[in-house]
Amino acid sequence: MRDIRLALAQIRPALGDLDHNLGLHLDYIERAVTAGADVVVFPEQSLTGYFLSDLVPDVALPRDDPRLNPLREASQRIDVIFGFVEETTDHRFLPAAGYLHKGEFVHVHHKVYLVTYGLFDEARDLAGGGAVRAFDTRFGRTSMLICEDLWHPTTASIAAADGADVIYGLSSSPGRGVAGGTHELGSAETWRAINRLYASLHVCYVVHCNRVGFEDGVNFWGGSEVIGPDGELLARAPDFEEALVLATLADAPLRRQRTRLPLRRDEDVSLNGREFARIAAQRHWQNDG
Amino acid sequence: MTAEVDLRERAQRGLDLEPGLTCRVLEAFIRDEIEKFGIQRAVVALSGGIDSAVSCALAARAFGPERVLAVLMPYRTSNPASRADAETLVAQLGIPSTLIDISAAVDGLLGELDEDPSPLRRGNIMARARMIALYDQSEAFGGLVVGTSNKTELLLGYGTQFGDMASAVNPIGDLYKTQVRALATALDVPAAIRDKAPSADLWVGQSDEDELGFDYETADQVLYLLIDEMYATADLIADGFDADLVHELQRRVVRSQFKRRLPLIAKLSNRTIDRDFRYPRDWGR
Repeated sequence: MRDIRLALAQIRPALGDLDHNLGLHLDYIERAVTAGADVVVFPEQSLTGYFLSDLVPDVALPRDDPRLNPLREASQRIDVIFGFVEETTDHRFLPAAGYLHKGEFVHVHHKVYLVTYGLFDEARDLAGGGAVRAFDTRFGRTSMLICEDLWHPTTASIAAADGADVIYGLSSSPGRGVAGGTHELGSAETWRAINRLYASLHVCYVVHCNRVGFEDGVNFWGGSEVIGPDGELLARAPDFEEALVLATLADAPLRRQRTRLPLRRDEDVSLNGREFARIAAQRHWQNDG
Repeated sequence: MTAEVDLRERAQRGLDLEPGLTCRVLEAFIRDEIEKFGIQRAVVALSGGIDSAVSCALAARAFGPERVLAVLMPYRTSNPASRADAETLVAQLGIPSTLIDISAAVDGLLGELDEDPSPLRRGNIMARARMIALYDQSEAFGGLVVGTSNKTELLLGYGTQFGDMASAVNPIGDLYKTQVRALATALDVPAAIRDKAPSADLWVGQSDEDELGFDYETADQVLYLLIDEMYATADLIADGFDADLVHELQRRVVRSQFKRRLPLIAKLSNRTIDRDFRYPRDWGR
């Protein structure tokens, strides 16, 4: 990969207010450009806010919507990864992560695993995606995943097997768990373990961008971070506060770690494919039986 | 699967909280959710008890002392020590306060009744009289009402609907009583408030724990295991919790469910408020 000067934009989007949030994006993009960043990454649904319920159809956009033009224009100067709700031509609404470069979408990932349990109710309002891909950027191969996608370790495995050197995770992660004996929220602790594990075992960079602020009493804890291919923390934004944090994702440490620990070389993608195909066929048969 | 960890120990661990982190989240919650309404002020009904002391201290931290109004609303039979404790906290926090004696309002209403109402009815009337005075002060002071009901009370239905349960935002509604105590210590709430027996003070000598018939520590453990950890009542009884108590607590949670929800609306249209017309409360904020 080519070295990336990355900016993590840990913002506090306003719920359902596209205009306000677009302004917020342009502010942070300006700051990221000034800081010399090549890529700026925003959290999940950064353009719309998270707990939308019936607001979904009001804020969903097709990817060619002119309201996205200011972001397209900004991507002439810096690659922009952001979260929105995409409306398809047949009027489904999908949580999406877009990668903009030089005014065009290089890739759009749709959240595969909608979360519909506990405090979440996504599948009522949203449709899920059906693909996990790595894609080529001017810096090398990359993948984007959204929040709950990362709670299914197979998504990161697919992204890595597909050649991603950087996995961008976009989140709106609610803070919960204030048990004694730790100074971290339970949810923060779990996320940090996930990010570190994926970076170490897939020997790649993991970028986790989480938002801050409150919606209907639920806090989003921030703590966005970049983990290197050896599991080392390279940068972390503060908890609970808006921040723009910079990090360099370099090729040299990636090469060194892949040499020391050639897990990716040895990963047997064919084996995974065969076994998962077998299991899927059996499951299908069992479910129908 | 064989024997699990000791459930009491599990409950104790779960109820143990990190006070610094908790305060940080709750202060930000009060600020954020009230500022969305273009307001940077709060009013709190301060009874002299631990719950309202914690809510008040959190609000004072969130907005600064001069922006939080403590409203003291004694009835003529209220324990004078409660008022003294409330005044100690007001002085310690350096917040403005106002005293509104609800005796005349309550007695006026009681005088209109033909019969002598039960202590429960009298208590409800007092709680709702306080709500009227508090919401009037909310308008006068230009601050939103910060709630004082903890999770234990809310789950047990040990509160008056549209009375002490009424608020705009409630920072302590997801904290069990014993967790509120831990937070009170971290917030330097005076020992006199922290150490006294919890009481709704609706009649002379009332004690929550006497009235409920169990202590908060045990109740919190049972509720934590049933609600937060989703154990079955049978699991708790098998682990040695008193069967009658477990069933009683479970029964109270079920019976008071209505108090935790908006009034039922008869469905007629295709889009009924809060059933299929679902917008976040922060809509447009």
